Amino acid sequence: MQITVTVNGTGYTRDVEPRLLLIHFLRDELRLTGSHWGCDTSNCGACVVWLDGTPVKSCTVLAAMADGRQVRTVEGLAAAGRLDPVQQGFAECHGLQCGFCTPGMMMTARWLLDHNPRPTAAEVREALSGQLCRCTGYENIVRSVLWAAALVRGDAPLDPPPKPEEAM
Amino acid sequence: MNSAYGRLPRKEDARLVRGLGTFTDDIALPGMLHGAILRSPLAHARICSLDTTAAEAHPRVRAVITGATLAERQLAWMPTLSRDVQAVLATDKVRFQGQEVAFVVAEDGYAARDALELIDVEYEPLPVVADATRALDPDAPVIRDDLAGQRDNHIFDWSAGDQAATDAVFAAADVIVSQDMLYPRSHPAPLETCGIVADLDPVSGKLTLWTTSQAPHAHRTMYALLAGLPEHKIRIISPDIGGGFGNKVPLYPGYLCAVVGSMLTGQPVKWVEDRSENLMSTAFARDYHMHGEIAATRDGRILGLRARVLADHGAFNGSAQPTKFPAGFFHIFTGSYDLQAACCEVTGVYTNKAPGGVAYSCSFRIAEGVYLVERMVDLLAAELGLDPAGLRMRNLIRPEQFPYTCPTGWEYDSGDYPRALQLALDMAGYDALRREQAEKRARGEHMGIGLSCFTEGVGAGPRKHMDILGLGMADGADLRVHPTGTAVLGISCQTQGQGHETTFAQLVAEELGLSPADVEVVHGDTDRTPFGLGTYGSRSTPVSGAAAVVAARKVRERARIVAAAMLEAAPEDLEWASGRWQVRGDPEQGRTIAEIAMAAHSGLDLPAGVDGHLDAGTVYNPPNLTYPYGAYICVVDLDPGTGEVTVRRFVAVDDCGVRINPMIVEGQVHGGLADGVGMALMQAITYDTQGNCLAGSFMDYLLPTSVECPSWELGETVTPCPHHPVGAKGVGESATVGSPPAVVNAVMDALRPFGVRHADMPLTPANVWSAMQGRPLRTDLAD
Repeated sequence: MQITVTVNGTGYTRDVEPRLLLIHFLRDELRLTGSHWGCDTSNCGACVVWLDGTPVKSCTVLAAMADGRQVRTVEGLAAAGRLDPVQQGFAECHGLQCGFCTPGMMMTARWLLDHNPRPTAAEVREALSGQLCRCTGYENIVRSVLWAAALVRGDAPLDPPPKPEEAM
Repeated sequence: MNSAYGRLPRKEDARLVRGLGTFTDDIALPGMLHGAILRSPLAHARICSLDTTAAEAHPRVRAVITGATLAERQLAWMPTLSRDVQAVLATDKVRFQGQEVAFVVAEDGYAARDALELIDVEYEPLPVVADATRALDPDAPVIRDDLAGQRDNHIFDWSAGDQAATDAVFAAADVIVSQDMLYPRSHPAPLETCGIVADLDPVSGKLTLWTTSQAPHAHRTMYALLAGLPEHKIRIISPDIGGGFGNKVPLYPGYLCAVVGSMLTGQPVKWVEDRSENLMSTAFARDYHMHGEIAATRDGRILGLRARVLADHGAFNGSAQPTKFPAGFFHIFTGSYDLQAACCEVTGVYTNKAPGGVAYSCSFRIAEGVYLVERMVDLLAAELGLDPAGLRMRNLIRPEQFPYTCPTGWEYDSGDYPRALQLALDMAGYDALRREQAEKRARGEHMGIGLSCFTEGVGAGPRKHMDILGLGMADGADLRVHPTGTAVLGISCQTQGQGHETTFAQLVAEELGLSPADVEVVHGDTDRTPFGLGTYGSRSTPVSGAAAVVAARKVRERARIVAAAMLEAAPEDLEWASGRWQVRGDPEQGRTIAEIAMAAHSGLDLPAGVDGHLDAGTVYNPPNLTYPYGAYICVVDLDPGTGEVTVRRFVAVDDCGVRINPMIVEGQVHGGLADGVGMALMQAITYDTQGNCLAGSFMDYLLPTSVECPSWELGETVTPCPHHPVGAKGVGESATVGSPPAVVNAVMDALRPFGVRHADMPLTPANVWSAMQGRPLRTDLAD
């Protein structure tokens, strides 16, 4: 079947099998490999992308369901060459280690901050609770999101990580 | 003064936060085909017939590989890391649920999966051994009838320590406490599953493998030995790896099948397992049925420790550890305490469960040893009516005893254990917590406080004692310094998220007076890096990091000779200060590495012994393991109505010697603490009596999320390693090893009013509630 999906602002028309999953459409058809596949059962969230502005687990969405709709992936987070504050936060606060869960975590975090610019740590944990990270123990992911929120608000970032030059 | 060390943001993150990492499944080659594996639905069965006709007729299928196909090439069986053999594709029987039976190569992944449905296998079910405690029963079915002379399910008996001395200590003791406990089967479940892209160039004969390997060089040698391919024609590329934790150390049947698929079709073949395949067939961890006994004086002096272990190794002995240590380093099980004597015996058995045995950040089974001793010390404290913190403090090895040789022969290098425990107690506010607990108990509320003092031995190994399949556990480093003074370091270890591109750049930069930004770290490509055994057992910094430093110091010494020629001074009159070679007593006269590097490539008349260039390489063979340690305190709240346990606080004091990048060290500790909460409360690979795996997806194998984890409270002490060139120790597994007993001890502490003495992990609400009723669950086996 033929579908047209707008991904990160660009329209793509492709012939696909009706059973093709959105994650495979993004990764294999469009070669946008920043979104990852991790479990098949909607538990891990490595595949989280936005569908019409809402985070979804793209391993359990058919590509056909995205026909005529807008998808945003990690490749669409940075704007005009500038990293999104969430991306900056993950790098600043060591919010990633292997980086496999990171794109999905950041997509959910971006959505959270769009809807709640001043989240508490508990609200960040709740927002990310449908996703798994095997490396970080979540601590620095939570800090990364709070850091991004503070940056956007123009506040001094909460509990800022030491600058490298201070640590040296 | 370590100017390049510190909390440097990671080089890796620039690509990873943009979604521009390259993981194995991101590789796409022209003409690439896709593989899928047909797996056994039964745990033990004879294969009566296998018909692939319909699958081969599928229009998009290019090849179907069976055990018979492989047998023609002598590839149906492959050696394991424990000198057993494992079926690549089953030829005679299937021996665990999920075992590999056939491999389909098709034009896309969906078609490959479709074709699996078209393969017709007829099985004759056989009696199943799912219960390790029954594996040696006289009437147990023999699982490994493929092995000549194998008449039962026994694999090995192994022991350590002085049994007579231990028996004497026990005979003289006032108190002996014993307990059976299971460290249940767990699975590291990296978020990226295992996979490979195999590309055999039919013209050059070069086999290139992009694969999820924690040990690319060791894998290359194993492929050469296994498939008879010349080793120089094999190139292993480990791109970005989405977590490993030990799961990506072994070779798996799917890898071999992809290689054969590429041989048969002449095209690249990708195989990436799905989550169920990962959980049901790749390297598991633990599965140790342990009996512990601890002996002490009435006033709380611990005298001795004994352990008997039944080790469930599954259907093939694929346990991954130094070859001479079939139970890994379990026998470091006396932990952080100064005992008079100890001994242990381990018996390994086959069962109809998935193969593997050492994975999941256990430091070669130190996780099991630490769990045993930390539970036994808590049980002893309860028996004697002593506070578990005080009992530990009294029995810890004292700082002046280092280097300390433990009763089973390990030589601990350095430590100040009482200081770490005291810091943890202070950070937790231990006395106030005990008061709060007493007040709550009086009100009928239940909280628990659990401690764990762990010692690890990591960084295998001295290669005289430690090898894997004959490959000594040393690691190489190659350091090239370009004329303009930037450097490229090639290393043999393999990051899976540990940030080697950053930490190793800091190590070299510090030695050469460079910025870490000026040092590029190359890894994960066997054609571009020196040989070494890879990353697992927390060995990167202890072994490979030491190699990098030794290579950098060789460069520095070479630079000294060149600088001397530049400054018209004698090399011995120069001193290394402020990141450059300068004339002693005349600091104005000095040269940086960049200046020296350009001169070393120039027409400068160089003294004897210097050929030009500054490049250097080395192989580091560690003189001993490094012994990181720590003191952990966990505080839990228990809902007696549901049995639900909430981890309220977790204080972790770690000492891993000198910290090169404290940010990365803390991140590794955070991750390990989450592992500990998961293992203690949530995760287990359980089987039913028919050998069906009951944890084959993340619906059933529960991993901790952000809401099960508290905000970790970290502390540190720094006791440098005396034999590592910069005083560093490994740390990657410390928290995974050290935290489970702290959580379990906390839950058992909360359950004391209910008369509960012990319950096995995972302490799920159902298990805790059952324990409160006096019948804790068996967590390895379900009816």
